Amino acid sequence: MGYSCTIGHFTYRFADLKTILAKASPLRSGDGLAGLVADSYEERVAAQIALADVPLTQFLNETVIPYETDDVTRLIIDTHDAAALATISHFTVGDLRDWLLSDDADTAALRALSPGLTPEMVSAVSKLMRNQELILVAKKIQVVTRFRNTIGLPGHLSVRLQPNHPTDDAKGIAASIIDGLLYGSGDAMIGINPATDSPATTARLLHMLDDVRERFAIPTQNCVLSHITTTLELINQQVPVDLIFQSIAGTQQANASFGVTLPLLQEAYEAGLSLKRGTLGNNLMYFETGQGSALSSGGHHGVDQQTCEVRAYAVTRHYNPFLVNSVVGFIGPEYLFDGKQIIRAGLEDHFCGKLMGLPMGMDICYTNHAQADQDDMDTLLTLLGVAGVNFIMGVPGADDIMLHYQSTSFHDALYLRRVLGLRPAPEFEEWLLRQGIIDNQGNRLSGGLQKQLYAALLPA
Amino acid sequence: MNKQKKTGLESDEWDALKAYTDARIALGKTGVSIPLRESLRFRLAHAHAKDAVYSRLNIASLEDDLAPTGLPICAVHSQAENRDTYLQRPDLGRLLDEPSAKRLQGLNSTPADISLIVADGLSATAIHKNAVLVVNLLVEQVRRAGYSLAPVVLVEQGRVAITDAIGALLQPRLAILLVGERPGLSSFDSMGAYITYAPQPGLTDERRNCLSNIREQGLTPIMAVNKLMYIIETAFRLKLTGVELKDNGGLAAGEVPKELE
Repeated sequence: MGYSCTIGHFTYRFADLKTILAKASPLRSGDGLAGLVADSYEERVAAQIALADVPLTQFLNETVIPYETDDVTRLIIDTHDAAALATISHFTVGDLRDWLLSDDADTAALRALSPGLTPEMVSAVSKLMRNQELILVAKKIQVVTRFRNTIGLPGHLSVRLQPNHPTDDAKGIAASIIDGLLYGSGDAMIGINPATDSPATTARLLHMLDDVRERFAIPTQNCVLSHITTTLELINQQVPVDLIFQSIAGTQQANASFGVTLPLLQEAYEAGLSLKRGTLGNNLMYFETGQGSALSSGGHHGVDQQTCEVRAYAVTRHYNPFLVNSVVGFIGPEYLFDGKQIIRAGLEDHFCGKLMGLPMGMDICYTNHAQADQDDMDTLLTLLGVAGVNFIMGVPGADDIMLHYQSTSFHDALYLRRVLGLRPAPEFEEWLLRQGIIDNQGNRLSGGLQKQLYAALLPA
Repeated sequence: MNKQKKTGLESDEWDALKAYTDARIALGKTGVSIPLRESLRFRLAHAHAKDAVYSRLNIASLEDDLAPTGLPICAVHSQAENRDTYLQRPDLGRLLDEPSAKRLQGLNSTPADISLIVADGLSATAIHKNAVLVVNLLVEQVRRAGYSLAPVVLVEQGRVAITDAIGALLQPRLAILLVGERPGLSSFDSMGAYITYAPQPGLTDERRNCLSNIREQGLTPIMAVNKLMYIIETAFRLKLTGVELKDNGGLAAGEVPKELE
C-alpha cells in the first residue's frame, strides 16, 4: 500500500510506512546520514499530513521490518493487546494525537491504552506533535516502580548517582558517591559505568556498593553497568546484584551487535527475580537506549532512528523494568547534531517511553563535538522536569571523567527539585532527613552531622 | 569603606576528598547552585574542547616541521568539505576526494614497508602539539630498524578508516595513522595512533591496534614511539594487526572510539 499527499499541483508519494515515518520526522542528522530524510521542508509536512490519515490498524497489517526476519517485530506483533486498543481502533494517527491531548485521555485511560499501542503507532503520533504537546501528554502518565524505594510518584524526581572513575579506583568512586549523597542524589540508584568489563572488577565494585548501602541503611539500589552476560555470571557466583543492566536497541540485528538476544534478556530477568533482593517491589531491570544505535550498528533496515528507538522500548516493557534511560546526546553529532535536535529527541523519547508504559528517565547529555552546551542541557532538564521525568543523572559537576561527556550534576537536580517543588523518592528523602543531609524544605544542611558519614564511607 | 561581601557562597566540608579523584566534587554552593568560580572553570574547559574540535591543520607549518625527515609530503582532503559536514557524515571522512586520490596516484611511489598518515580527526590542536615529535622520532627508529617509508600523507577532515583509502593507493605493508582524538573537558590535545596491517577498504576496526591519550601529560611522545615500534615489529612478524595482536605493552586492540570510526 502506498501513501500520498497533494500540495498545490504536486503529489508526494510514499512507498510504505517506514518511508512515510522517516520523511515525517523532524530533521535530525542521523536520518540524513542514513539517507532517509525528506528532500524539502514541504515534503516533510506533506508526509506528516499523509501520516495523520493513516489508520492505526494499518500498523498491525504493515510491519516496518519483516516479521520473518526480526524478533523485535515478532515480539511487537505477537504480544499486541487488541482489547486494549479496541476503544480507539477506528482512529487514524491524527485522531490519536487529538485524543491524547483531550481531557478524556486521563491517567487511567492512558494506562489502559498502553498495551494496545505498538511502537510504530507511538512513534508516528509523536512526529505530529509539538514539543509542548509531548510534554503535556507525558505529564498525564504515571509509571511507578519499586525495588528498595519508590520511583516515579507524581511530584518526585529521582537521581541516578553516577560516580564513574577512569581506573575504577575504589576511593575515587567513593569520593564521588559521598559528594552525591551529601547533595541529595542517589535515590534512583548508585550506578557505575565500569572502565573495563572484567567480571573481577565488576564484582569488586558491586561488593563495595553493597557494603556502603548496608552499612548506612540507604534505601536505594546499586548497579554496575557491565554486559548482561557478565552480570549473569556474577549472579551465579553470589555477588550482590540489585539491578540488571543492559543497553538495547530496536532491531534484532542491532541487539546482536550489543551481544544480546531476547531469550538472554529473559534469562537474566529471571535470574534477577530469583535473588529476591527487592524489599518493596520486583522491578529490577535497568535498560539504556538511544536514538541512532540501530544505524550505528548497521541494523536499522531503512527505518528512521526515532522509530527504532521506540521499538527498543517495546522490548524493555516485557521485563517490567525499574528504570529505562534514554542516553539522548551521548551518541554524537552524526545522529543528533545540536542542542535543538537533542532537546527534540529527549522530549520524544520521554513521551514515547511513558506512552509505552515505561518508567522513563534521561541522561540529558552531549559530547564536545556536538553543537550543544550546558545551556541546552538546562533547557531540556527543565522541560523534562515539567513533563514529569522519573529520574535524571547526577554526575559530579556534570563532567564524567571516565566516559568523557557532559551530563547533569547534583546541583542540577537540586535546581529542578527547587523550581518545580519536586522531592526525592519518599523512602530516600526520609533517610536524607534522618542523616541530617537535608531539612524538610529540601535545603541541604551544612554542619557537623555529615562528617561522620563521609569519614566512615571512605574505604581505608 | 570596607564592607564584607555576603554572597551566600558555602564550601563543602569534604574538600579533602578531592585528593582521590579528578571528578568535580566538593564544588560548594550558593543556594542550591554552583559557585561562579566553578561554573567558569567548566566553561573554560568546554571552550578549549570546542576550539580544538574546530581547529584546522596548518599544512604549511607541518610540512616545514616534518622536512627534517627528508620524506616527500603529500597533503590530501577527505570528501567531507568542511567541519560541519565532517561531524555529521563520518562516512565522508573515511574517503579521499578526487583530487587527493589523483595526487596520491601521481606520486608513483613504490610500495613501502610503512606509510605514515597524519589526520586532524576531532582535534587538529592535538596534532600540532604532538604529531611532529612523534613522526620525527618514529622515522628515525623505523629507518634504524631497516624499514622503508612511503611519503608522509597529511589529511584534512579525516577519520580513522581513511587509512584504508590511502592504503589502497600507496600499497604499504603497514600504515600508522596519527589522529586528533575527541576532546574531553580534561584534555583537548590528546592524539591517537592506529596501526593497520595491509590496509585496504572494507577493513573493520578490530583489525587495527590503537594507542590513545598521546600527549605530554598522558602517554608521552617518547613512550608512544617505543610502543609503536613494538607493535610494528610484532605486526610484521605475525603479518597482522588487531585483536589477535595481544596486549603486551598496554595497548588496546580493536578499541576504536565510536566517534573516530
